[in-house]
Amino acid sequence: MNTVPLRKLAKVIRSKNSGPFELTFDVIFDDQSVYEKVKASGALNREGLAKTYNVDVSDVVAFMFFDPALAFKMTLRRNWGQGTTAERDTFGAQQYAPLLDVEVPFSSNW
Amino acid sequence: MTKELKILTPIGMLGYGIPEAHFWRGVDRDPDAIIVDSGSTDPGPYLLGMSKTLVTPEAYRRDLSLMLRAAAERKIRLMISSAGGPGIDQHVDDMIETIRDISRSRSYHFRIAAIYANVDRTIVHSRLDEGRIKGCGPVHSLTHEAIDKATNIVAQMGAEPFAKVLRERPDIDIIVSGRSYDPAPHAALCMVNGVDPGVYWHMGKIVECGANCAEPKGRVILATVRKDSFDLEPMNPVECCTPASVAAHTLYEKTRPDLLPGPGGVLNLAGARYEPLDDRRVRVSGGAFDPSNPYTVKLEGAAVIGHRTIFIGGIRDPILIGQVDDFLARVRQRAEAIFEQLGDGTASLAFHVYGRNAVMGALEPLKEVVPHEVGLLGEVTAPNQDLANAICSAVRIDVLHMPYPGQLATSGNFAIPLNPPENPIGPVCEFSIYHLMDIDAPADFFPIRYTET
Repeated sequence: MNTVPLRKLAKVIRSKNSGPFELTFDVIFDDQSVYEKVKASGALNREGLAKTYNVDVSDVVAFMFFDPALAFKMTLRRNWGQGTTAERDTFGAQQYAPLLDVEVPFSSNW
Repeated sequence: MTKELKILTPIGMLGYGIPEAHFWRGVDRDPDAIIVDSGSTDPGPYLLGMSKTLVTPEAYRRDLSLMLRAAAERKIRLMISSAGGPGIDQHVDDMIETIRDISRSRSYHFRIAAIYANVDRTIVHSRLDEGRIKGCGPVHSLTHEAIDKATNIVAQMGAEPFAKVLRERPDIDIIVSGRSYDPAPHAALCMVNGVDPGVYWHMGKIVECGANCAEPKGRVILATVRKDSFDLEPMNPVECCTPASVAAHTLYEKTRPDLLPGPGGVLNLAGARYEPLDDRRVRVSGGAFDPSNPYTVKLEGAAVIGHRTIFIGGIRDPILIGQVDDFLARVRQRAEAIFEQLGDGTASLAFHVYGRNAVMGALEPLKEVVPHEVGLLGEVTAPNQDLANAICSAVRIDVLHMPYPGQLATSGNFAIPLNPPENPIGPVCEFSIYHLMDIDAPADFFPIRYTET
């Protein structure tokens, strides 16, 4: 089976702080059937994304699909202090980039 | 309730620039209140730790002038929450002073309520001893030392203090509050008018961000609220609220989109329904509010933890770039050997290697990529600026001149754009308190003062 990167399937892929101690990721789709197929594919899974982000699974604070918004949500513990010494991304706005390249199993009837 | 309530939210953040035409279009709909939030922790702890405001006084004055004109000429109640950003008492008083100043020049007369959110640290100490404080999310445990070193401590008020003002002084024209849960003033107006809590908290959570829930994202939004549902309509005619755009809004900056904890309980959106009324308007219902016992408020505290000096520059030599992590580790070792404060933790040194992993640090999955050029930001934080300057200078000199294996270039390792090469940038803050505290009387915990212009 072929795969297609998430960036070609989603309408929105973003990251932001959820308060000073969490980093949250949203993937939003604009097509119900694409959303359902991505959800069913298992490409977005807790263990896999924890590995991508090099964090322990216990650092994944929330991991869920939210059907009313055709959306996937993941929240990670922010393992560095917001806006203090050694800050890298005050707003958490650029932490989503690896999600763009998550490969989703693709069959030709999509 | 006898009628529908209309709430106009002119922007998601006071001072970001209310668009005038869309604002007056909303005012012409005869809203019961104009409500705007002014608070955020997102810019980081320096606002609360150094008593700074989120935008400039000029920016506040500009947006306030517009809203005060509507309040005076159309007799619309105005509510401003989390004055100044961190919402400390001083910011409430400064905001009221600006309102007074504008009112004086235009002969407006307003009755004003101020609600304050600073928390006396003796209360926090005793609640900690009583076991009535716990972390808000994945945060460190609170200590008495952290309480003492915080510059300011505020608590996010819920709807109750606003509702108290609306009930005991229905003639009040303007409410300015200190740190507040963002949807609290929206919720309070609905609370005193008999709307269901699940409805008003859901409405408040969405419109406190202005027309952020529209497509394209906008600023001015009108919410029409009745007992068991609410309608959303952006005031810019090119913007549309759709069921998907509105549902997606509760993802934004939230741990999860379906359970939204706040002062006094949790908004549960598992049963929420979003129906299109037309191409631009959505009706929302089905949210439920589960009260919590005890009633908790979020405490926010920030402290100055040191003074920082930085240097910035670039490396282009592929021989050095190929071993830059090892090179910087040796620079660090040399600095630690000279300055014991780096070893014992009273000072700190951080390198940000742009082109490598400066943005994502340990989260970066691309570990083996070797770029042709890297940028380096060095930051040193110490208990005083002189020591930060001294350490930063020594580190920068080593980055420029320290030898490395295979070195061909013996005249310098580092391209420095700024002169002087090291620059003191002042105090560094941290969020030292981000915890939930039980309170007994949510309406009375936050002091209220009445005044007039």
